[in-house]
Amino acid sequence: MLTEEERREIEEEFEHFDYKQAVSVDALKIVQKHRGWVSDESIKDIAELLEMSPAELDGVATFYNLIYRKPVGKHVILLCDSVSCWVMGCDRMRAHFTKRLGIDFGETSEDNEFTLLPMQCLGTCDHAPAMMIDETLHRDLDEDKIDGIIERYKG
Amino acid sequence: MATIYIDNKPFEVADDQNLLQAVLSLGLNLPYFCWHPALGSVGACRQCAIKQFRDEEDSRGKIVMACMTPVNSKSLIPPLNETRISVDDEEAEHFRESVIEWLMVNHPHDCPVCDEGGSCHLQDMTVMTGHNYRRYRFKKRTHRNQYLGPFINHEMNRCIACYRCVRFYRDYGGGDDLSVMASRGEVYFGRFEDGVLESEFSGNLVEVCPTGVFTDKTYKEHYTRKWDLQTAPSICLHCSLGCNTIPGERYGEIRTILSRYNGEVNGYFLCDRGRFGYGFVNSGRRIRQPLIRNDAGGLESSTPEAVGDKLASFLSNGAKMIGIGSPRASLEANFALRTLVGADRFYNGMSADDSRLVASAIRILQEGPARTPTLREVESADAVFVLGEDLTNTAPRLDLAVKQSVRRKPIERAAMLRIPEWDDASVRELVQDEKGPFFIATPNPTKLDNIATQTYRATPDDLARLGFAVAHALDPAAPSVTDLPDDVAQLADSIAQALKESKRPLVISGTSCASEAVMRAAANVAWALCQDERAGEVYFVVPECNSTGVRLMAERDVDAAIEAVQANEADTVIVLENDLYRRAAGTSVDTLLDTAEHVIAIDHQTHRTTEKAEAVLPAGTFAESDGTFVSSEGRAQRFYQVFVSNGDEQESWRWLQELMGAAGQLEAPAWENLDDITAGLAQAYPIFEAIPKIAPPAGFRVVGQKIPRQSPRHSGRTSVLADVNVSEPKPPADSDSPFSFSMEGYTGAPPSALISRFWSPGWNSPQAINKFQIEVGGHLHGGDPGRRLIEPSDDAKPEYLNDVPASFKPRDGELLIMPLYHIFGSDELSILAPAVAERSPQPYLALNPNAAASLQVRDGEVVEITLDGVAQRLPAKISPELPEGTAGLPVGLPGLCGVTLPAWSRVKK
Repeated sequence: MLTEEERREIEEEFEHFDYKQAVSVDALKIVQKHRGWVSDESIKDIAELLEMSPAELDGVATFYNLIYRKPVGKHVILLCDSVSCWVMGCDRMRAHFTKRLGIDFGETSEDNEFTLLPMQCLGTCDHAPAMMIDETLHRDLDEDKIDGIIERYKG
Repeated sequence: MATIYIDNKPFEVADDQNLLQAVLSLGLNLPYFCWHPALGSVGACRQCAIKQFRDEEDSRGKIVMACMTPVNSKSLIPPLNETRISVDDEEAEHFRESVIEWLMVNHPHDCPVCDEGGSCHLQDMTVMTGHNYRRYRFKKRTHRNQYLGPFINHEMNRCIACYRCVRFYRDYGGGDDLSVMASRGEVYFGRFEDGVLESEFSGNLVEVCPTGVFTDKTYKEHYTRKWDLQTAPSICLHCSLGCNTIPGERYGEIRTILSRYNGEVNGYFLCDRGRFGYGFVNSGRRIRQPLIRNDAGGLESSTPEAVGDKLASFLSNGAKMIGIGSPRASLEANFALRTLVGADRFYNGMSADDSRLVASAIRILQEGPARTPTLREVESADAVFVLGEDLTNTAPRLDLAVKQSVRRKPIERAAMLRIPEWDDASVRELVQDEKGPFFIATPNPTKLDNIATQTYRATPDDLARLGFAVAHALDPAAPSVTDLPDDVAQLADSIAQALKESKRPLVISGTSCASEAVMRAAANVAWALCQDERAGEVYFVVPECNSTGVRLMAERDVDAAIEAVQANEADTVIVLENDLYRRAAGTSVDTLLDTAEHVIAIDHQTHRTTEKAEAVLPAGTFAESDGTFVSSEGRAQRFYQVFVSNGDEQESWRWLQELMGAAGQLEAPAWENLDDITAGLAQAYPIFEAIPKIAPPAGFRVVGQKIPRQSPRHSGRTSVLADVNVSEPKPPADSDSPFSFSMEGYTGAPPSALISRFWSPGWNSPQAINKFQIEVGGHLHGGDPGRRLIEPSDDAKPEYLNDVPASFKPRDGELLIMPLYHIFGSDELSILAPAVAERSPQPYLALNPNAAASLQVRDGEVVEITLDGVAQRLPAKISPELPEGTAGLPVGLPGLCGVTLPAWSRVKK
């Protein structure tokens, strides 16, 4: 069941578009903002509100890699693995996350604090390697810097 | 027409096509995946790359996608002076080979265990491009497959992401539970969660998918390679539309059914009832030997000779015989019965209602100015008014045709913007959700409601009143309706307005709400549209595959036969392929079967009538006999025997001919084959004059050869019966048709009525159909099979039909029980297929919320109704849109047969 608030926020979006279905992406983002991810049940609820089938909406939801269809940790780490970051050692950063948090791409740490996901370019190639945690960009990464950042986000 | 140069050779082609259509229509080979003649172009797969040149001087050219490039180069930006392309260009060839290689990166090498193998467009195209060796040596992406119900098997690893499945299922077929998920290499075609595919047309995915992602699950249970199937052209018998099919047999069982392209009828597609309803041919309820009642009162197996002797004693010595024919038996079988018993003692085997209603449809089409369209023509209607028919459940393939017609009007805008109609992506972008005028007036909600402009729920009488009002609004000379409520009058006006403004208006009605008034109202609307030179068309859906045919033969119905026996005018009854308990009230049928001294049944399935007969003769099903059906379009179409079974089954008409001999009828006609009997039919009925001409006669040969039912690769011929006898038997003879039961014969393309499989060198999948068409997606070479028997007369100016019924009045304490139809369940034979039975609902009584409230019944609680004096207890199902004062009862479900609906009944908790 969508909460009162989610429903209201989605309905506010309706006025910007001719078709209810056009609100798909915004509706998914709204629900994700409140719950951290989009469950099967949420897909059904949103689909009903937008007068589309769950299959159609799930087609949209699964197309975008920033709509999470599985639960994620409290913080989502988007580590860029595109060309510049790859040249500048993103594989090392990835290995460091595995060492520190015990997670690889697509995994969530046991304490449910972090989820690590690959990202195709954050638009900051001159400061590679880069990553984004939640909505904050972190650049010129190295192992020490990552350790510091992790500490800041924990707790 | 336009001249185009392909590899420097000039060709004349239609200029409204794209280059892929043109190239394929010329019979040349060019590989493709995402394009489909019925779905148009989206330019997604990049497989049909060719090189286009500016002019003769241009030696470099550029690679273009044939499916996205119009034949008319002047419409290009910038325009070219001429259309000059190369298919054989080295760079284009290399490009196409590379495309296949990319597609193959994730495609498993599992052809030997894949059901698509040997019928696979991907295999064909891979061979065509010359991509022989895979260079990719890494891990392939894999997917989890879904359970999609009893019809379709899912194997996503084989997917090449051509998008045809969703384009057919959603865009063409209107389904919304199959979708494309994710992106890039992870693209996934499936449902939101495991579950039955809800579309009634899901089976077409089997043929639309170019590889083995969606395959026929029923076929998998007794799988045989396509080239090992024995096939013959056939006609679907599960509704009245007459879709063309290709059933395939191996080891005495029908194993699969494919669509047989007919450019005027079903085109590329079938409904799931037609495709998966074949199980009755292999069913344990088949009658395989003659049965005769023994002294203990049971039916026991016998030999044809022994039964023949016995029957001779029934039929000779001045027996007063009558014959009851059947709307699901061929014209030939019915005619043989009529010949045996005499024209005045032959009954058409339909219920009294059906007989009356089908007669009404025939009369309206013969005497009125409105023509009945073919299914292809239905697709180009630009305004549709459905009166009284739940198409999805009574005539499913027509539902699919109507779904195309609602796009007609919006698509007109594409032409104004100079977007060619084959440019599917652009056209859909333009049209969005816009629909043309489409009105549905039915007693119960239908699955087409969501694309309708407006819907109207009412009892048959009130539906008829709406129809009459529409006709009156179109032409004041048509009878008017008094006391119409304002909202209905307004609806009638808007329907009339929409029909009037369209170029090709169509009215669809039929027999399913058992109301002649509804059909007459539909006729008036169509006739009113025929004023002012406009071509109003009307389509009447009738109950069964040969209802129209058998009604053209005889007027008297089953009720009349019951009366004849009761009046002692007959003592011996021969029942042809008919379960009388589906035709009249159980008590009346009991009377008929108990009163008659001898009852002889001829059928292929055990049912209540055969169980009560004194002797039963085993008939061949559609797959074991030849014959002719007349569809609701009035199209006579021939179906051919697919295989010879091991039992004593034979065509019903052959049994009847033997009975004539046994009865000592000296004037018994000397029919030697099917042609003799169709000749007799043509002689006896002027309307059947064309029947002998609908397909070539038995003596027809191509370069002296018969047409083989088996492919040239058919395997195991010398060993297939080795468990019975090591010496190879002689193939069975076929005196009735130009087909042989073997692989010998002419392997080229035969006349269209005799196409037993679509195959061409290099084209093993159903896409081989391209090679049999004049233009891809168009008509078959030599014309589409079948002959229309009913056309309106040019000078027809009949009086409008009258008898506008009074408005429906609910009764106190009683509800009008109306028939509800189910695609899976209402048809007598298809429900015998296990997969179809799985999809069929359990019997129920549909109640509207008010009726349920006054009875204090909740959804699922059991209620009792009494029909024909028989009480039945059924779970209630709340159906919000049912008209007040009515309830709905599913037709034909096991345990619910034989009741004449609509009928009034008390409903008790």
